[in-house]
Amino acid sequence: MTSNVLVFIEQRRGKVHPASYQLLNLATQVAAQTGAQAEACIVGEGVASLADAVAAQGAKKVYIVDDPVLALYRAIPYTKALVAALDAAAAKILLVPTTFMGRDLASRVAARKRAALAIDCTEVRQDGADLIAVKPMYAGKFSGTFRLTGDRLQVVTVRSNAYSAAAPQTGARADVQSVALSLTDRDQRLKINEVTATGSGVKDVTEADIVVSGGRSLKSAENFKILYDLAAALDGAVGASRAACDAGYQPHTRQVGLTGKVVTPKLYIACGIDGAIQHLAGMRGSKVIVAINTKKEAPIFKVATYGCIADLFTLVPLLTEEFKKLKEH
Amino acid sequence: MRILTIVKQVPDSNATIKVLAEGKGIDFAGLKLVADPFDEFGIELAVQLREKRSDVSEIVALTLGGEKAGETLRIALAMGADVGVHICDPKLETKDELFNAAVIAEAMKKDAKGFDLILCGKHNIDLDAGAVGPAVAEFLDLPHVGAVTGLDVSADGKHFTARRRIEGAEEVVECDLPALLTIEKGLVEPRYPSLPNLMKAKKKPVTLLTAGDLPGVAEYAETTKFVSISAPPPKPECKFIEGEPPQMAKELVRLLRDEAKVL
Ligand SMILES: Cc1cc2nc3c(=O)[nH]c(=O)nc-3n(C[C@H](O)[C@H](O)[C@H](O)COP(=O)(O)OP(=O)(O)OC[C@H]3O[C@@H](n4cnc5c(N)ncnc54)[C@H](O)[C@@H]3O)c2cc1C
Repeated sequence: MTSNVLVFIEQRRGKVHPASYQLLNLATQVAAQTGAQAEACIVGEGVASLADAVAAQGAKKVYIVDDPVLALYRAIPYTKALVAALDAAAAKILLVPTTFMGRDLASRVAARKRAALAIDCTEVRQDGADLIAVKPMYAGKFSGTFRLTGDRLQVVTVRSNAYSAAAPQTGARADVQSVALSLTDRDQRLKINEVTATGSGVKDVTEADIVVSGGRSLKSAENFKILYDLAAALDGAVGASRAACDAGYQPHTRQVGLTGKVVTPKLYIACGIDGAIQHLAGMRGSKVIVAINTKKEAPIFKVATYGCIADLFTLVPLLTEEFKKLKEH
Repeated sequence: MRILTIVKQVPDSNATIKVLAEGKGIDFAGLKLVADPFDEFGIELAVQLREKRSDVSEIVALTLGGEKAGETLRIALAMGADVGVHICDPKLETKDELFNAAVIAEAMKKDAKGFDLILCGKHNIDLDAGAVGPAVAEFLDLPHVGAVTGLDVSADGKHFTARRRIEGAEEVVECDLPALLTIEKGLVEPRYPSLPNLMKAKKKPVTLLTAGDLPGVAEYAETTKFVSISAPPPKPECKFIEGEPPQMAKELVRLLRDEAKVL
């Protein structure tokens, strides 16, 4: 086993999840401590063309598992593909973005390789052969520190925006190695019949750098339009509290919180959201939090970076205008 | 069709959790513990499947946890599970989900009748991880579908189609049983167990298992060890922005651009 660090580059339809590049930067730092190198693995169909972009982000070697059966994510074929790349790389550490795919895949790969595993980490560092990982616990109310033993492969999924990506080095080259995959019928027991985009072209909360969320106080689905306008001005996504989703103002796919999605954008704007502990569970890891609420005592202000005690129906459209002005300059 | 639902006892999401000295763990004294809300979706789904179909022969609820976790098993039994399995041994209690999954998989291998459908939550709200479902499936060489929001089991009980949520999209997948599903919010609304059902649940059989009953566990080790827990560093006080809404909007945008630098 070398001490190389392998990053799983998550892509869907040729579009790389930005967290993958953040992890390449982390991999470069971790590998440097032991004189090892950062490597990457891309799994999918027709993904070989992504190798240059991945090299520009710091990968010294890129393993490609390219096969039509890998066009869409399925746990077992992807597990087999990633394990084949891990074996080819003889890597000691595997870094995976914390996404739906990342959690799913990392768990299965770690089980297959009898690896040590930590999921949704905000900090990763080496301690001798061991790896120290810090991750949220109890719905984000605490952070836990874990030690992954160094006598085996260590698999870690890392939160979006916990680390930043390096500036791309255009023209940087990597060794590219294609890795063969052989699947049995048993590996393909699961078939995907249909993929439907939710939220019709509007970004998902887990993908956006900026999330604008609304609560029960929006009072109707129509009123959410002002939040969509604000999100559009910021190239962000719209989220909602459970109360707003339960009332039917927004689909549950947009719910942020304990029983919704956990988001860690650079900027989270909570409009008319009280800040119940279950909502905080989904957004307290955001880098900067803005709260707009009429009630000074609302608990959301306890986690907010900036607070506006104001009526959202007045302030949100004004904000949208200001952001638009900023864009024009 | 035999269904297994995996349930974990976790602190109630509304409870105030206190950390022990030096972050050695959390203080369980007086802490309200409940069935994990995502695992409850799994129990509810199992019970609804039985209500809708005639071929569900048995629903087994399984938990891995200390003696108190028996209470959580009783909730599952009161909601409609028929029998319980309680893996209860301090030697097997870890915060390593991969190890926990191995223990659960070993316990399932001991069950001679086998399971057609295995259900658990998308993740548990204590470890915030979600590795148990996929890892149990891997250890038992079963397919799994994560974050299921819709399910349709074929009339012959041999296949299913499921809807699952991925970032920005939903997929409809098709698969043979046996399989493991992890359940997302929105598919079912868990029922509250009634008092009579809670009483009846006390009479339902629960099998206790310890490390001695699961020799296969010796093959696995706890490889991710809990070190400590701490409250996240306190957030700096919220900076309130003064003024009338138009000034407020201008000032907020300025701060986000120049001070927070997120634009
Ligand atoms: C097991 C469990 C899981 C849960 N999971 C989640 C979850 O995943 N996500 C989640 O969000 N919740 C969750 N909840 C629910 C949570 O406890 C709260 O009930 C919910 O978050 C409240 O939503 P809200 O803030 O929109 O509504 P409210 O609590 O009604 O708050 C509305 C807020 O809007 C403010 N307001 C009113 N009018 C205006 C105005 N014109 N301008 C500005 N501000 C205004 C009010 O001051 C108030 O603060 C869960 C609860 C449980 C028990």
